[in-house]
Amino acid sequence: MNTWEKAESEMQRLAVNLALAKSNIRSNDLDAVFAGDLMNQCVGSSYGAECFNRPFFGLYGACSTFAEGCILASLLVDSGSFSRCGVIASSHFCTAERQFRYPLEYGGQRTPTSQRTATAAGSLIISCEGNGPYIREVLPGTIVDFGITDINNMGAAMAPAAYDTLTKYFAESGKSPSDFDLILTGDLGKEGHSIICDFMKNAGYDMYKSYNDCGLMLYNADTQDMHAGGSGCGCSASVIAGHIMKRFEKKTLSDILYIATGALMSPSSLQQGRSIPGIAHLVRICDSRDKE
Amino acid sequence: MKINKQTYQKYAKQRAPSSPLFKDMFFAFLIGGLICAFAEGIYNLYLYLKIDETTVRTLVPVTLVFIATLLTGIGVFDSIAKYAGAGTLVPITGFANAVVAPALDDKSEGLVMGVGAKMFTIAGPVIVYGVIASVIYGVIYWISGVIS
Repeated sequence: MNTWEKAESEMQRLAVNLALAKSNIRSNDLDAVFAGDLMNQCVGSSYGAECFNRPFFGLYGACSTFAEGCILASLLVDSGSFSRCGVIASSHFCTAERQFRYPLEYGGQRTPTSQRTATAAGSLIISCEGNGPYIREVLPGTIVDFGITDINNMGAAMAPAAYDTLTKYFAESGKSPSDFDLILTGDLGKEGHSIICDFMKNAGYDMYKSYNDCGLMLYNADTQDMHAGGSGCGCSASVIAGHIMKRFEKKTLSDILYIATGALMSPSSLQQGRSIPGIAHLVRICDSRDKE
Repeated sequence: MKINKQTYQKYAKQRAPSSPLFKDMFFAFLIGGLICAFAEGIYNLYLYLKIDETTVRTLVPVTLVFIATLLTGIGVFDSIAKYAGAGTLVPITGFANAVVAPALDDKSEGLVMGVGAKMFTIAGPVIVYGVIASVIYGVIYWISGVIS
């Protein structure tokens, strides 16, 4: 393996294989694969999913890709169109950095609000059968742009989108943050995390008890030099498919909200002075099919 | 709660922690100064070795570029630059790093469109505007010579 891009595709392949093994099914049992990453033209996924030879949907939702895949797959499985789908998202520090920022060995300094692209991949199998956990509700996000142009402060660029989706969900469902064991945003980092806490408090929702962010959970903020936290498609994908699923297995979680946030800009759009549009997709994961 | 765009941008800017300026400036001064002192040292060393002064003036930047290139190649430069900031960026070491780093990254895309083209993605603008600025300076210098 002589390029970072090949390494990222291999990570996707490994993640899907692990998910298949854990679900005790073969890749031929999948009706479709929903995959996404941060690379141009989504090639990490195309090469990663190539070996499975299954119907393929390439997705781009920046860091929200994993939730986007989960929403599409679960709706299609729920409608009966498909029985089993694989969802996969990945990011690699070395492929993302050279595409969005500077060359890897370039000697620059990062600002405290900048986030670091996680080298990670996560995969879930969405199936019409099995013992759960279950995707109970989904709420696709709309594009929200509050005019933030600083690529080194993506937490602030994406926070309004997360706020928008969260308040819409709570208003429509009549639920409150205390009804959930955990509310997880995708990767807002330190900045976005505190902005959400502030805004939700002003809107009358107390998030402090149950709210965390995948970008803050993936790394140890004290010992690893991550500035504002992790980011990238693989960040929330690996936290959800790894850590959170294990906690469901151990029954320490029973009802969570996962709000994956994405910053939908490109290097060219930023150079042309355009602001960063944000998006936030919500997925509710429960340990029971009938939970209200 | 309705949020106004302008208010939000101001709020986000205000709450964002700024870079530790004094720490950054201190390390830039310290490491940048060390690089300059080192250059001065090798300047004197070359003179001591009886190399003539015109050659030494070329030899010193060449040595610095070589060291910066080597450190970039073995992956040490960016770890130093993380603390040094402008201290490694402003001397010729920063320029060497800016050329070598993308060349290393893009070698997977071939020698022509990868290494050859991409090595100037950061240094290219510096070369273009540096040359233009030096031409303008030359013209002013020439005119001032004619007048006086």
